[in-house]
Amino acid sequence: MPDQGQIATKRKFKLVGTRPVRPDGVDKVTGRARFGADMTAPGMLHALILRSPHAHARIKSIDTSRAERLPGVKAVVTRDDFALPERRDLVDICYNVMAREKALYDGHAVAAVAAVSKPVAREALRRIKVVYEILPHVTDVDEAMKPNAPILHKDMRTKGIDPKPSKASNVARQWEFGHGDVDRGFTEADIVVERTFKTAATHQGYIEPHACLASVGSDGQGDLWCCTQGHYMVRNACAGLLGMKVSQLRVTASEIGGGFGGKTTVFIEPVALALSRKAGRPVKLVMSRNEVFRATGPTASSSTDVKIGVKKNGQITAAKAVLRYQGGAFAGSPVQFGAMTAFACYDLKNVQTIGYDVVTNRPKQAAYRAPGAPLAAFAIESVIDELATKIRMDPLEFRLLNAAREGTKSSYGPTFGPIGLEATLEESKGHPHHLAPLGPNQGRGVACGFWFNFGGNTCVSLNIGEDGTVCLSVGNPDIGGSRASMCLMAAEELGVPYERVRTIIADTAALGYNEVTDGSRVTFAVGMATIKAAQAAKVKLCERAAKIWDISPEAVVWEDGHARPAGANAGTFKPMSLADIAAVAGSTGGPIAGHSEANADGAGVSFATHMVDVEVDPETGRVTVLRYTVFQDAGKAIHPSYVEGQFQGGAAQGVGWALNEEYIYGEDGRLQNAGFLDYRIPVASDLPFIDTVILEIPNPGHPYGVRGVGETSIVPPLAAIANAVSAAAGVRHTQLPMSPPRILKSIMEKRDGV
Amino acid sequence: MSQIPVTTTINGDATEFLCEADETLLDVLRDRLELSGTKEGCGTGDCGACSVMLDGRLVCSCLVLGAEAEGREVETIEGMAEGDTLHPLQKKFLEHAALQCGVCTPGFLIAAKALLETNLDPTETEVRYWLAGNLCRCTGYDKIVRAVLDTAAEMRSA
Repeated sequence: MPDQGQIATKRKFKLVGTRPVRPDGVDKVTGRARFGADMTAPGMLHALILRSPHAHARIKSIDTSRAERLPGVKAVVTRDDFALPERRDLVDICYNVMAREKALYDGHAVAAVAAVSKPVAREALRRIKVVYEILPHVTDVDEAMKPNAPILHKDMRTKGIDPKPSKASNVARQWEFGHGDVDRGFTEADIVVERTFKTAATHQGYIEPHACLASVGSDGQGDLWCCTQGHYMVRNACAGLLGMKVSQLRVTASEIGGGFGGKTTVFIEPVALALSRKAGRPVKLVMSRNEVFRATGPTASSSTDVKIGVKKNGQITAAKAVLRYQGGAFAGSPVQFGAMTAFACYDLKNVQTIGYDVVTNRPKQAAYRAPGAPLAAFAIESVIDELATKIRMDPLEFRLLNAAREGTKSSYGPTFGPIGLEATLEESKGHPHHLAPLGPNQGRGVACGFWFNFGGNTCVSLNIGEDGTVCLSVGNPDIGGSRASMCLMAAEELGVPYERVRTIIADTAALGYNEVTDGSRVTFAVGMATIKAAQAAKVKLCERAAKIWDISPEAVVWEDGHARPAGANAGTFKPMSLADIAAVAGSTGGPIAGHSEANADGAGVSFATHMVDVEVDPETGRVTVLRYTVFQDAGKAIHPSYVEGQFQGGAAQGVGWALNEEYIYGEDGRLQNAGFLDYRIPVASDLPFIDTVILEIPNPGHPYGVRGVGETSIVPPLAAIANAVSAAAGVRHTQLPMSPPRILKSIMEKRDGV
Repeated sequence: MSQIPVTTTINGDATEFLCEADETLLDVLRDRLELSGTKEGCGTGDCGACSVMLDGRLVCSCLVLGAEAEGREVETIEGMAEGDTLHPLQKKFLEHAALQCGVCTPGFLIAAKALLETNLDPTETEVRYWLAGNLCRCTGYDKIVRAVLDTAAEMRSA
């Protein structure tokens, strides 16, 4: 039997909370599922992109004539083929998709070709001549903030400061959050700890590189097949960049081979469409892994100062953090979220966070699972751990004493409703993991994490078939079992077997706008829309039964998958099943369907506590993760196996971020480890089983209590592992990744009394 | 450059194809033979998504030339189930929810099958080291390792 985990349930469901096989499962274990690169079209061309080898360079000229003359080359595009879009929010994307005056990072797209074969396309790239004037570059966040740093954008003035600065800088924006008076709070403290932390940029590391197949006809109508977290976003962005109307571009989402936030924008899709339009033929464009690392979104790297004051009794009197995140060549690092989430786990009288959004000569960062939050949590939860040691309190008790709970005014503004942080802490206190003994060179770390979660625009359609089966159309790609969750919720609400519902991912022409699969929104928002669509269908099913029985619709109720007369006054009719009513739908008013179109409010925030044991080899500095347990509030776990999967996946990514993963730049500003050999993500032999405890504190904003679970799980691990490593090594670690050389150096320095 | 004619066996079927001298087996499978179940994650032998069996040996098909398939037997994910009967590993992967996005799954299944063909009673550690050449970014490997161990137990008792 699969590992059942531990679940505390409150409300009784028939199907929700069970673990059926996912409906797209057979396709995915037999090779039948079609991912981004698996599609072809008659007459298809193959495209490749030429990329800048320089971190920062003025593009003086691009000569494509020799490439265009090569037999088999059908189209070449450069900056000249992309007009700057009217939509302001697409301007940076346009610059990122194809460099204009300057190449802003190693890997920035400069030109693209479409040819009859990959070898011809490769030869065509070699024939394109680009003249660069190399400019000084900067890739480190603290360096980029210095007054004499090379400036990326001469018109960039820091927003969020009054008065507006007159001089250009690499700081795109300053953010500030908090309440109370931190200066006074620190004077009330018995102990104050102040430290600076640094984290390296990491990549989402999805196994499937970006891929698409574009086809634009001379009538201006286009079709696009691509792997994305949101095909409606792709449609709107591409239409805006290519000057098309959204109705003229139909985007179909392929199966998606991982995203984690990295597929929430466009990179190659507008290029493929432009090539197809120029060539008059379908164009397939697939990134190599090298391109994925150099030119798609890694996350931010960061530098953060934290100061927290505490009384001897354990009460926090004030907390402050200054966060500096570089997000690559364009504004929009997730420092805002870092500053908002930093102290969200605590009930604080005096709290202040300041965030700096910084640009550098690196690829534009993309969202990565709870963007901005893990970096901040690493810094804050490390200081919390240190303070607990200093005042001789158990780190879980210290957190419980100061924990945010229902009614707490959060550090970023809103007051929390019912939340699960205390529940995760209490559960972890009594867990066997917490009570297990540790050996020599071993350490245990705990940390908490928070993520907002999101709802957003959502549109689904649920159609009842004549044979009593149900087809649910949703507009969000199934990135980790969401079809199964939607089938469960639709079947639960309608009272039909799970197997009778099929969920499909509809294209952009079939449904209204659906926001990107992000913010852990799908099970919450699409689930809520599914339930509402099923409820709308039930109303119609009851109306049809009422018509058949010739009674008032109000006299019919839906129970257990059947329309029934409501009480004795309604008459004594034999209940009709969904299949019974569907079979005669044609003679009672036509097809039966339910819809839901809404901007989903009420996403429930989510908290987690992670506990990890590690062993540090004092001779080599190598860290072995011995045991890992995730305690997280899911609100309500619709399909517990996939909830556990989210917990485990987030923890595993956190292990990589904490111990191995890092974007390494040379003096020349070029990425030195753009491949899975040198950018090492955790493999099976790096990890133990990851135990999970699902807490269920229902979200009042969802009919079944669902909270998003996908992102919170990556927030605590960096800190939990840092706390465990620091305990095992006897030295506080403030810089990620905690790679063997770095740990060994710290152990040697401690030994030598440096 | 003239293309190389290759005669080989793929999933038990006699197959002929033409390929360039520098064309990988992975590209031949995907682009020429429409066997797109085998995935490309890196093209450098680091991720295992393109795992296939070549004469009974587990290989990354991105590191094998198409021309090297001459006279040999290739097994891909498309040949793993027998008709509509899934291989026990395929069933257990589904039962254990051992996949999230599913793009690494064909490679893991091929690699895990190769393990169980040589060792039907692997320890957890043996499973983890055998599968260390296959990257999964979604699952943290927990449910994959459990699925493989459970399949082995079931196949032993069958």
